[in-house]
Amino acid sequence: MNKIESKNVHLYYGDFHALKGISMSIQENTVTALIGPSGCGKSTYLRLFNRMNDLIDNVRIEGDILLDGRDIYKKNIGMRIDELRKKVGMVFQKPNPFPKTIFENVAYGLRVNGIDHRSFIEERVETSLRQAALWEEVKDKLKKSAFELSGGQQQRLCIARALAIEPSVLLMDEPASALDPISTSKIEELIYELKTKYTIIIVTHNMQQAGRVSDRTAFFYLGDLIEYDDTPVIFTNPKDIRTQSYVTGRFG
Amino acid sequence: MTHLDVELKRLKEEKIEMFDLVISQLSKAKTAFLTMDKALAREVNFNEKRVNALELKIDKDCENIFALFNPVAIDLRFVLAVLKINSNLERIGDIADGISRYVAETETAFDPELLQVTRLEEMWSTAIEMLSDVQRAFDADDAKLSRGVFKKDDILDEVNSNANDVIEHYIKSHPDKIAQALHIVSTIRKLERTGDQTKNISEEIIFFLEAKVLKHLSEKAKSE
Repeated sequence: MNKIESKNVHLYYGDFHALKGISMSIQENTVTALIGPSGCGKSTYLRLFNRMNDLIDNVRIEGDILLDGRDIYKKNIGMRIDELRKKVGMVFQKPNPFPKTIFENVAYGLRVNGIDHRSFIEERVETSLRQAALWEEVKDKLKKSAFELSGGQQQRLCIARALAIEPSVLLMDEPASALDPISTSKIEELIYELKTKYTIIIVTHNMQQAGRVSDRTAFFYLGDLIEYDDTPVIFTNPKDIRTQSYVTGRFG
Repeated sequence: MTHLDVELKRLKEEKIEMFDLVISQLSKAKTAFLTMDKALAREVNFNEKRVNALELKIDKDCENIFALFNPVAIDLRFVLAVLKINSNLERIGDIADGISRYVAETETAFDPELLQVTRLEEMWSTAIEMLSDVQRAFDADDAKLSRGVFKKDDILDEVNSNANDVIEHYIKSHPDKIAQALHIVSTIRKLERTGDQTKNISEEIIFFLEAKVLKHLSEKAKSE
């Protein structure tokens, strides 16, 4: 089943045409990697799915983006933005925990959604931390500041925070690029485990990472979607010469 | 040129060097066999060490490229192909060595009539020609040239499949030369094997260039 579908999506930053008619379907419970050189539009495309581009001045978006078959940009008939944000969680390149305790970071999304049932929140915090493979490391210091954690732990905390509101889609913008190899491999293992419950879209500059974690890979170049196929195909026998040049590191 | 390009270029040069060496081994084994040249046969036996050393060197280089550069797409197919061609070439080297070993240990030359009725010389030349073709195909990234060897292999198959009848007939009329005749049969079988190894090499070249897997397809499908 298609979890997400984009149909002929164009995005302009003022006069700059950043995405040029992207059509793509993403299946439920899969990991999709978006790859391409800097400025190719992959992060812009990722941010469309939780409407983060809306905040930028002079942005114009055309085309349709459907989540569970419902348009997320059409007012009135589509999905409301608060409902969208509950369904779509996001993790960024640099860990960005709130200046709060570990516990409160994870509980934050629940509290702002009006949930104040103590035991429910405690249970959800523990489940989310377990899903993010962080529970064993922090269970004895939940009241400590999130900033006391290492970079890799902070990033897993941010993943736990995103999972706490039980989204169905997880967007990850280079989630491991600021981490050491051990933390990176933990995040990758986590992505592999999480895909049984979530649909994950990940932007990465690390080709091997795209190969290791994703089922499908999309290659973007200068705002165009050049090739979108099963990940093993992209890395063994890409059809487009530009994809081949990029994945083999000969671009430019 | 990227660092990986430099490594791949070096790997290709080593592979071509190994092709040169194995083709030379097979050619020398042919001459030694047909003329009972023991000195040349011993030279082939001596050079077998070089073939083995090159095989190990190329295996190691492929391993390093996998580990250090994580090649993908056409680069990955190239390194995989080189690795497999490596085993095939080494086997052909072994065959040249085995045939020469017999020559070095034998006193009597082969009966010219026996060589003629079995078409052994033609078989030798075809086997060497096939190997030279795949070397040039590998060097020039030429899939068409590589495909050509599937057709040439028909000659080796034909000589091989006629061998039993021809040898049976020969033995009946030359009962004093049974040992020689049996040895010719075994050599024909070995040369037929070099044809198969060369076809495997050709399949690897096509896999690398076109990402097509030809293994276990019919001969007709492979040539297309």
